[in-house]
Amino acid sequence: MKFVKFAQSPVLSQALPAWRMRLVMWAILAAFGALIGRSLYLQGFQNDFLRQKGESRYERTIEISATRGRILDRHGDALAVSTPVKSIWAIPEDAKLTPHQARELAHLLEMDVRDLNAKLNANRDFVFVKRQLPPDVAERVVALGLPGIHEQKEYRRFYPSGDVVAHMLGFTGVEDAGQEGVELALEGQLAGKPGSRRVIKDRRGQVVEDVESIRSPQEGKDVFLALDGKVQYIAYTHLKQAIAETRAKAGGVVVLDAKSGEILALMNWPTYNPNNRTRLIGAQLRNRAFTDTFEPGSTLKPFTAALALEKGSYRFDTLVQTAPGKLSIGPATISDAHPHGMLSVAQVIQKSSNVGISKIALSLPSEDLWKMYDGLGFGSPLRLGFPGEVGGRLRPAKSWRPIEQATMSYGHGISVTLIQLARAYLAFARDGDLIPLSLTRVDTPPLNGKTVFSAQTAHEVRTMLEMVVQPGGTAPKAQIPGYRVAGKTGTAHKIDGGAYVEKYVASFVGFAPVSDPRLVVAVMIDEPAGAKYYGGDVAALVFAQVMAGALRTLGVAQDAPLKPMLVADAPAVKEEM
Amino acid sequence: MARLNLILLAVAVACALAVVSSNHRARKLFTELEREQNRMRELEVEWGQLQLEQSTWAAHARVEKIARERLGMKVPAPGQVVTVEAAK
Repeated sequence: MKFVKFAQSPVLSQALPAWRMRLVMWAILAAFGALIGRSLYLQGFQNDFLRQKGESRYERTIEISATRGRILDRHGDALAVSTPVKSIWAIPEDAKLTPHQARELAHLLEMDVRDLNAKLNANRDFVFVKRQLPPDVAERVVALGLPGIHEQKEYRRFYPSGDVVAHMLGFTGVEDAGQEGVELALEGQLAGKPGSRRVIKDRRGQVVEDVESIRSPQEGKDVFLALDGKVQYIAYTHLKQAIAETRAKAGGVVVLDAKSGEILALMNWPTYNPNNRTRLIGAQLRNRAFTDTFEPGSTLKPFTAALALEKGSYRFDTLVQTAPGKLSIGPATISDAHPHGMLSVAQVIQKSSNVGISKIALSLPSEDLWKMYDGLGFGSPLRLGFPGEVGGRLRPAKSWRPIEQATMSYGHGISVTLIQLARAYLAFARDGDLIPLSLTRVDTPPLNGKTVFSAQTAHEVRTMLEMVVQPGGTAPKAQIPGYRVAGKTGTAHKIDGGAYVEKYVASFVGFAPVSDPRLVVAVMIDEPAGAKYYGGDVAALVFAQVMAGALRTLGVAQDAPLKPMLVADAPAVKEEM
Repeated sequence: MARLNLILLAVAVACALAVVSSNHRARKLFTELEREQNRMRELEVEWGQLQLEQSTWAAHARVEKIARERLGMKVPAPGQVVTVEAAK
């Protein structure tokens, strides 16, 4: 090979055109320019997008679930607790199972194979195969390693007290959000807010670094109810027993703390088990004490008497002529089944005379009566946040005819809920004032509420109501050995299709101990079917049992000698309807 | 001059190694923290389940049944109850 020195290269001797060199130089410069432009574009304008792409390779956003708060009774016993369960879901497109696999899965899930296949063949991207499984079952499903079958963590609410506290607590839906009762009323406190955070995960899926917390999770708060589990159970057993004995359609018991306005117990019958709601009927779900109004009958009488005392137009012992047991107002006639003759105001209440209380009511201005009913909370819901809470019917005073003014005094033509009725009696159990009711535990009881009656009136009415359970009254069965008890019976005809029919609502509302009332108990029995349907028979008995049990449980001091004032099965004065 | 550079190089390498090892330790500790936090959540769940279990065993209906049937207890008659007032 012949070497040629560079300087002597024949190529050099050829004079190349100068434009070629310039062309190459510009081409190279242009290439550099393109590179700089591209890198500026990537670094400057596309920076965020690319950074995101990069981060998505190793960063993950993790949802942090928050548990729903527990519901506890006033002593801290659990009434509702959420615990994790697993749901099995599938992507139908991926879930191509062999018949054997499908059978195995169906067996584990306790499902019909055909149902399972129908779900897996659904024309959707996502389908829940079965929700809320115990974690161990879900584990075995995942262990099968079937394609397209996945699990997801969820929470399920359990109610260990079952049907005892059902209506008060309500329940949550499958998404663990409140749907009824306290679960809905206090949803704001109970519900947790799930949070999320960004982390870096390594190849094995382990979190190695916390990048940032996007939203910190908020755990649901525990709620202490005013409810006393023992008192509630006492109400449950006695109401259940009474319903069975009287073959009644429904019933309700409410126990209030007269000092603090707390709802210590609230029981409706029929009830249901909130843990198993597959075969529920509407009647079981009704929280009657809050949502069903009824004409209270004679339990309203003491309020008219109290207003008459308050106005000074009547005194405790003012005599009222109730003979001949009939009172005609326009075309209508109010009557007492057992004519009584001259009665004092106290005796009108004790013997529950319709004529007597009507005469008192007619002597009072309708405006004042309306104001009192309104002040007692009739006609407007309590607004405790319960779903479906109603206010009952209280028509404006201007539209009252005299006959209505009279019938309302003994509880017809006006409708209330059981909880309203119980609350109104707080005015007598306290010194004439009404305090708001509370679902949750009250640590500092309100000292004074809204004054409805003077303290003196309240004391006088208390004496009258104590006479009701004494000899000559309508409810000797409401007596409790060792305690002074006061209360009022009610037996009202029910309205069916606009007319009063031979069906009854028996009720009793009362409080004890009379010397310093601690508890108010209201009992309502709807359509007792037995031979006994009077409030003094049916409801007073439940009242006495629940009240006695509750007083003993709460350790309230006795305020009366032990010997009953009257043998319980001595004849009671039949109350008027 | 060269000596200073060598020393600085050695310092730089040492720093780099220290960063690596402390980062590694941080990640190890973090995994441990994660594990403990998971354990905490698991224990909380277990606590809820135990509470449920307790409530189920201590249900008033069950206690009453056992007290009445197995232990032969009964509600005291009114005369057998003495209320003691707390000293005020």
